[in-house]
Amino acid sequence: MGMTISQKILAAHTDKDFVEAGELINCKLDVVLGNDITAPIAISEFHKLELNKVFDKESIVLVPDHFVPNKDIKSAEQCKTMRDFVKQYGIKNYFEVGQMGIEHCLLPEQGLVGPGDLIIGADSHTCTYGALGAFATGVGSTDMGAAMATGEAWFKVPESIKFIYYGKIPQWVSGKDFILHAIGDIGGDGARYMSMEFTGEAISRLSMDSRFSLCNMAIEAGGKNGIIAVDEVTLDYIKGRLKRPYQIHYSDPDAVYAQTIEYNVAEMEPLVAFPHLPENTRPVSQAAGVLIDQVVIGSCTNGRLEDLAIAASILKGNKVHSELRVIILPGTQAIYLEALRRGYIEIFIEAGAVVSTPTCGPCLGGYMGILAKGEKALATTNRNFVGRMGDPTSEVYLCNPAVAAASALKGQITPPWEMVLK
Amino acid sequence: MKFTGKVHKFGNNIDTDVIIPARYLNSSDPAELALHCLEDLDKEFAQKVKPGDIIVAEKNFGCGSSREHAPIAIMAAGVSCVIAHSFARIFYRNSINTGLPIFESAAASEALKNGDEIEVELETGLIKNIKTGAQYKATAFPGFMQDIISQGGLINYVKNRG
Repeated sequence: MGMTISQKILAAHTDKDFVEAGELINCKLDVVLGNDITAPIAISEFHKLELNKVFDKESIVLVPDHFVPNKDIKSAEQCKTMRDFVKQYGIKNYFEVGQMGIEHCLLPEQGLVGPGDLIIGADSHTCTYGALGAFATGVGSTDMGAAMATGEAWFKVPESIKFIYYGKIPQWVSGKDFILHAIGDIGGDGARYMSMEFTGEAISRLSMDSRFSLCNMAIEAGGKNGIIAVDEVTLDYIKGRLKRPYQIHYSDPDAVYAQTIEYNVAEMEPLVAFPHLPENTRPVSQAAGVLIDQVVIGSCTNGRLEDLAIAASILKGNKVHSELRVIILPGTQAIYLEALRRGYIEIFIEAGAVVSTPTCGPCLGGYMGILAKGEKALATTNRNFVGRMGDPTSEVYLCNPAVAAASALKGQITPPWEMVLK
Repeated sequence: MKFTGKVHKFGNNIDTDVIIPARYLNSSDPAELALHCLEDLDKEFAQKVKPGDIIVAEKNFGCGSSREHAPIAIMAAGVSCVIAHSFARIFYRNSINTGLPIFESAAASEALKNGDEIEVELETGLIKNIKTGAQYKATAFPGFMQDIISQGGLINYVKNRG
């Protein structure tokens, strides 16, 4: 019996040649990540171990991104806890305001994660890095705290579901729609404790930015990780970024899968996930007409250059609808700068959108775009739970950046083709 | 060890955003988090819950964000343990690591109702409805996880391992 790519990466981080689904193993980690919400608890747990050093100063990555620039005094204290820890233990990979970005946009961009890596992050969307052929999974603060000390974590070797995408990718359909289709089909716990392996010729034609969006939302199906094997697109992306050796793994031809699901993407339409679960998906043509108060384009799911480019192509020369506000959040400073150079930022501002410094902000209802009672937002983010973006009676609809931008012009959920033809 | 308390019943997909909304994540103080536990689903929950009470939920409890503030808020609110049909992965892990006792039982999740008085035995996972005498058995933890739980969480486990 062969191993899946996920099993191979896990095995490569133990002293075993073979691991099988269900087995409990202890693994060495390549990267341990935390942010300004989760790291303070991890740091206090780390201190309980009464050690005077971390396992490796280079392999710990700390990014203040949820509530920075500090939204209030308490957030400022949390960031200070992190900053003090960085100084005390000589952590190399800390990204201060001005250099920071949304962690899951930033780490790949900075070449801190790469193929074959085993990564844990005290943030559920750590699964994003699977797009680079890594095994990356979200954990809590205590796991992070212990891992900063030991460089290790325990895992239950997961079974895998294989998703095969084939066919020509229609205009307006992106990686976000690939994953929303999967979540809609298997549900929010359909891949609970499992790996989601994304393959097929349509994946090989998917851009790196779209692959990140796809793997990012594996957690919304309950997945332990989402993963795409390395190909030319991956190698092009890591070239010049990743400065250390890496390992490429592929699933064995005789690897065993719990389930295989196939999609002909040629039949796909962009989806909208209705409140209050990402699994409540409908084709955008069947979602049209929902009046919205706010549009958010950004987040670790869709805050990359490709996302901003699509939004700019639709917003160019147009004005956003007078009865809504549009908030655009580039994922990192580098993305922001490149968007500026390409003229996207000017397009956004002239269209009547606001452009924010990189932050998770409104996605989790932190700040920078909180919803009042009963308000509705259409967002390129990843969760639409009760109260996720503000008041518990507010609603969040999830979609790709093209749908968000087109809907921003019309003031209601709209298929992009309707706005662009006019 | 036995937990005895009143059931607070919840449905499917109780996510960590409703367990503790992100607007309160600028603090990790358990007492403060407890005040807002589950408030977006039930504004009165923090006032209603008595020490020892038990949350019983359906499928995928604790889905969403990795925030450890969720099990912390539940424990600090006075809840002694959580029973569900199933738990989301990160919440499951966080509960073991932080010492919030959790029990997986589809039968208990289906049968128990809001207000039922129940007792739960930590070691055996035996759940009992005090009034009707009905009993349910929770899925046992693998030995490795039992070690973490019995040593009071992951940090102690790592410490003891040396």
